[in-house]
Order: sequence, then structure tokens, then C-alpha cells
Amino acid sequence: MEFNHNVAVWFSKSFGLFYLMALSLAVVVYAYWPANKARFEDAAGSILSDEDKPWR
Amino acid sequence: MIEQLSRNERQLSLVILLCLAVLGLSMAAVGRDDPLGAHGALVLLAAIGGLFFVISGYYAPEAGPERLHSYYDDPSKVGIVIAMAWALIGLFVGDWVAWQLVNPDLTFDAPWSSFGRIRPVHTTAVIFGFGGNALIATSFYVMQRTSRARMPDQLSPWFVVFGYNLFCLLAVTGYLMGSTQSKEYAEPEWYADIWLVIVWVVYFVLYLRTLSRRSEPHIYVANWYYLAFILVVAVLHIVNNIAVPVSFGHAKSYSIFSGVQDAMTQWWYGHNAVAFFLTSGFLGMMYYYLPKRAGRPIFSYRISIISFWGITFFYMWAGSHHLHYTALPHWVQTLGMTFSVMLLVPSWASAGNALLTLNGAWHKVRDDATLRFMMVAAVFYGLSTFEGSFMAIRSVNSLSHYTDWTVGHVHAGALGWVAMITFGSIYASVPWLWKRPAMHSARLVEAHFWLALAGTIIYVFAMWNSGIIQGLMWRTYNESGTLAYSFVDSLVAMHPYYIARAIGGLLFLIGAVIGCYNIWMTIRTAARSADARAPGEPAPLYARKPALEPAE
Ligand code: HEM
Ligand code: HEM
Repeated sequence: MEFNHNVAVWFSKSFGLFYLMALSLAVVVYAYWPANKARFEDAAGSILSDEDKPWR
Repeated sequence: MIEQLSRNERQLSLVILLCLAVLGLSMAAVGRDDPLGAHGALVLLAAIGGLFFVISGYYAPEAGPERLHSYYDDPSKVGIVIAMAWALIGLFVGDWVAWQLVNPDLTFDAPWSSFGRIRPVHTTAVIFGFGGNALIATSFYVMQRTSRARMPDQLSPWFVVFGYNLFCLLAVTGYLMGSTQSKEYAEPEWYADIWLVIVWVVYFVLYLRTLSRRSEPHIYVANWYYLAFILVVAVLHIVNNIAVPVSFGHAKSYSIFSGVQDAMTQWWYGHNAVAFFLTSGFLGMMYYYLPKRAGRPIFSYRISIISFWGITFFYMWAGSHHLHYTALPHWVQTLGMTFSVMLLVPSWASAGNALLTLNGAWHKVRDDATLRFMMVAAVFYGLSTFEGSFMAIRSVNSLSHYTDWTVGHVHAGALGWVAMITFGSIYASVPWLWKRPAMHSARLVEAHFWLALAGTIIYVFAMWNSGIIQGLMWRTYNESGTLAYSFVDSLVAMHPYYIARAIGGLLFLIGAVIGCYNIWMTIRTAARSADARAPGEPAPLYARKPALEPAE
């Protein structure tokens, strides 16, 4: 099969669409996964504590 | 500066500078009658200056292992000072360009000062000089703090800071000599581009090495934005600048792309430069400095993650909205338009996240001009992304394209978002970096804030008016079906708005001058109080932990 304009259009309309949808889903699942909640809250709060020294 | 380098690093820096000197000398030799020769001389001079500097400190005793118990902040300090210097240059030249549009005689008949040459000096000095140095300086600060890890070595941050500024210098001096690739925001010629790739790879590797030393398992979200900025800018820069030089003795080169492919590559680059240079990196700044300064964690960490991936993946496809009604296939234009409209969601999620973080701290916003800079930046970020998504719609773009509306949109983003978040972050970091309780004068920060805000509003409103009038005049027909106005008619109609814009820009520039003075005074008093301390006495540590509010 020759790689021409039509192939590019077909590829972006099929694979392109589904990979973006899958990616969006994966991101939302990751962000709202209950087990990650504590980690995220930790991270959000961590920058407010004093950071005067490196840990090692 | 040199005292802090280890013996090995001093030797390595001498080797690097010697190589650079040889490179500069050979550029000067082969490019004798070409801008390349002048740039060779510039590189040679920079390398010789660096050599003298390193040699002068070469025999200073090495810093002991206690240095490893603190963050390495000197490159951030130098980066901030250089960023403010570029701000003065870039804003001054920007206002000069603005006055040239009011009165074309302000070129004073010299080739180097013509509109076409100093306009890219303006854009490069503000975006790459001011914005880039501020991004590098704050990213060093943020990556170390959020990973609680010191940078792995002392040499590579200096290589990044000075190497990057050598690139900026090559860029702006090149334009003044008339050397350009004619690609907007990618004007520097091939040799400067190759140099930037080297610097940028070192920057990326330095960031990853620092992160790999962190103690926390999770990487704070600000780092994601900074890393996206570094990684994607590298990819964009390399692809858009693939070119074949006329010869190794010439500055001139030709892009390997041509026709509509060239246009698409350029605006894929151009729009992602907006996304990853002017947005992603500054969002990294915002996600660190705004919560820190407000003393409150970010409103929703989850939203910050979702908008990160949204911004990263949608922006990639939006570039074709710069090429509506061109030879570009229609469906590619539609694709760019669709993704631009979708972009509104993650953009507003970020702006909203920032503003909701301030909910409950509005009294701090009222009292603290530094925090107010960041708050206004978030508002303008929301405003300019809304405007951008709107302008990307093909039929709206038929009115806005080629007009001052685009320039208004650019500066709503550039002055209102990019410059405001940068000034806010710089005012927050300067006292932290130089170990002062606060800036030299809070009233001067206040004055800067109001000048910057007034300047931005005047600029943006002038351009909105002028752009829409211009667009409408160009599409008004009379009864006989011909255009009602000539181009010169529209030019005459622009004149008052150009004067207003130039005055707004002047206010913005004065604000930045005040900012420089204030930062300078803060640094000076820091130096003086350090001298007054008894030898061996530790530097005072100022409590930076924000006091808890009654409501918390
Ligand atoms: C003192 C403040 C400033 C003034 C007076 C000013 C003035 C100007 C002028 C007159 C132009 C040319 C417009 C034209 O060709 O019609 C311009 C373009 C531009 N400026 Fe500024 N500027 C200022 C600040 C900034 C800042 C802080 C940034 C970025 C952080 C910036 C980014 C740009 C960009 C990207 C363009 C190109 C716009 C385009 O091609 O559509 N400017 N500026
Ligand atoms: C959702 C976000 C955004 C979208 C969809 C968007 C869309 C657009 C559109 C449609 C244009 C006009 C293209 C043309 O007619 O030639 C444009 C120009 C521009 N925008 Fe945005 N914009 C967004 C955010 C921003 C932000 C935050 C900045 C930051 C400073 C910015 C900087 C620029 C610049 C520099 C140009 C001028 C490019 C040139 O012609 O030289 N944009 N944008």
C-alpha cells in the first residue's frame, strides 16, 4: 500500500481518534483512582512545608 | 562563583571554553565577509572572557562537603538578574517598534533599526531573553525544592544559563545584521540553532538527574509542566529548523521543507511555542509560586493533572488555525479549529484552579501585590485562551487575521499572563533566594503592579478597537460592489490607537524599570547585611512558613 494523502487521513480519523479517547479515559481514571487520593493530597501539601535543606 | 566548582569542574569548564574559542575562531576565519564571521568574533570574545573569569578563580580553595547540605541557588540568582536585563531591552525595543508604527521616521535611516529588524529583536528579547531566562532560573529553584534534592553538579547549570544567553545574543545581533531564517519565533540561523540543541539537551538531562535524586515517590505537578516545556521545545526546535546551509562559511540556510509543508511545519512549531514556551513552563511557575505565596495547597491537584494532559495533547494539533483560508487542506484547518475550541476546557480548568486556590485568601491578594500579580496573571490566562479559542473558529478568523486583533490577543497573553506571572514569581523568589524577609520596598512592588496592569489594559483595548475597525474596513463594500475604504484609509484610522498602545507600553516599561531598581536594592542590602555578620556566624534563616489563618 502506498503511503499517500488518503492513507494519512484514514489513519488520523481512525487510530488518531481512538488513541486520544483512550488517553483521555486513562488520565481521568488515573486522576480519580481512589488509591491515588492520599498521594495527591500529600503532594499538594508538600510544597508548603519548609524546604530549607535537601534531604541528603 | 568559581569557588563553588570542584577542581574537576574547573578543568572541564576550561576545556569547554577552549573548544568554544577554537570554534569561534574558525567561524570568524571561514565566514570573513559574512554575518557568520562577526558571530565567530562574538563567540570567540565570549569564550575568552569566560576563560579569564575561570582562570582568575582557578586557585581558590574548593568548597567543602557542607555545600551539599544546601540547594545550589547561584544559577537561579544570576538567571533572574539576566532575565530582568532582557526585560528592559525587550520592552524598550517593543515600545520603540510601537512608536515606529506611530511615526515611521523613527528608524533614523539606519538599516539595523528598520522595523523588520527590530521587531524580531523585540519578540526574541521578551520571549527567549526575558521569558526563557526566568523559566530556567525558576525551574532550577522549583525542581530542587520539590524534590528536596540539590542539583547533581555545579557546572551544568552554568553551562545552561550562559550557553542559552549566548544563543539569545547570537539571535538578536544576527537580526540587526539582517541575518534571519524568516520563520517567526525561529529566526536564528543554523549554527545558532545547533548550539541551542546542545544547551537544551544539557538542560533536560540536568533536570532528569535532579529529579532522580528526589526523596518523594511522587513528582510534584509543577515539574511536569516544566519538563513538558523542555522536552517539547526541543522536538519543535529541531524539526522546524532542519535546514541546509549554503556552505559552512555562510550564515544563510534553506529549510528542507517547502510550500505548504513549510507553512504547516512553521505553525505547528509556532503555536506549540505558544503552548510549551509561553504556557506550559509558566503554568509550572504558577503551580509552585501561587500556592506557596498564598500559603494554601492548590485547589484541586486532580484537575491540575487532567489539564496537564489535556494541554499537552490538544495543543499539538491546534497549529493549523494559523493557516485558515490557505492552500492547506480544508480538513487540516478544521482539525486545528476543533482542537483549539477543545483547548478551552483544560485552559479554563487551570485558570479556575488557580483562582479557586485563592478562595479564602482574598485578603492576602488585597494586601500583597506579589500575589496579586499572580492572580491577575491567572485571569488574563483565562481571558486570552478564551479569545484564542474564539479566534480559531474559521469565520471569526476571517475577520481577525492580519489585523491588530491578533496583536491584541498576543499581548493579552504576553503582558497579562506571561509577564505578570513572571514578575510575581520573581518578587516571590528574590527575598527567598537572597535570604531577606521581604523585598526592599513593598510600595514599589505595588507601583509596578498598577503600572503593569494599566499598561496591559491600555495596550489590549487599543488593539481590540483598532483590529476590529481595521477588519471591518477591509470588508466593507459600497453599492457598486467595490471596497469602500483604501488600505491607507484604514491606516489613518489606526493612528490614534497606535499612539495609545505606545503609551500603554511605556507604562509597562516604566513598571519594569521600577522592578529592576527594587530587585537591585534588595540584593544590595542582602550583600551588606551578609558583610556585617561576624565570620563563621550562620546566615539568618527567615521563617517562610505562612502563618495559619483563623479559618483554617
Ligand atoms: C512594553 C511592552 C510592549 C510593547 C510596547 C510591545 C509592542 C509590540 C509591537 C509594536 C509589536 C509589533 C506589532 C505589529 O507588527 O503590528 C509587537 C509584537 C509582538 N510582541 Fe510585543 N510589546 C510589548 C511587550 C511584549 C511582551 C512582554 C511579550 C512577550 C512575553 C511580547 C510579545 C510579542 C510577540 C509574540 C509579538 C509578535 C506578534 C505577532 O506576530 O502577531 N511583547 N509587540
Ligand atoms: C486556548 C488557547 C489559545 C488558542 C486556541 C489560541 C489561538 C490563537 C489564534 C487563532 C491566533 C491567530 C492566528 C492567526 O489568525 O494568524 C493566535 C495567535 C497568537 N497567539 Fe494565541 N491562542 C491561545 C492562547 C494563547 C496564549 C496563552 C498566548 C500567550 C502569550 C498566545 C499567543 C499567541 C501569539 C504569540 C500569536 C501570534 C502568532 C503570530 O501570528 O505571530 N495565545 N492564537
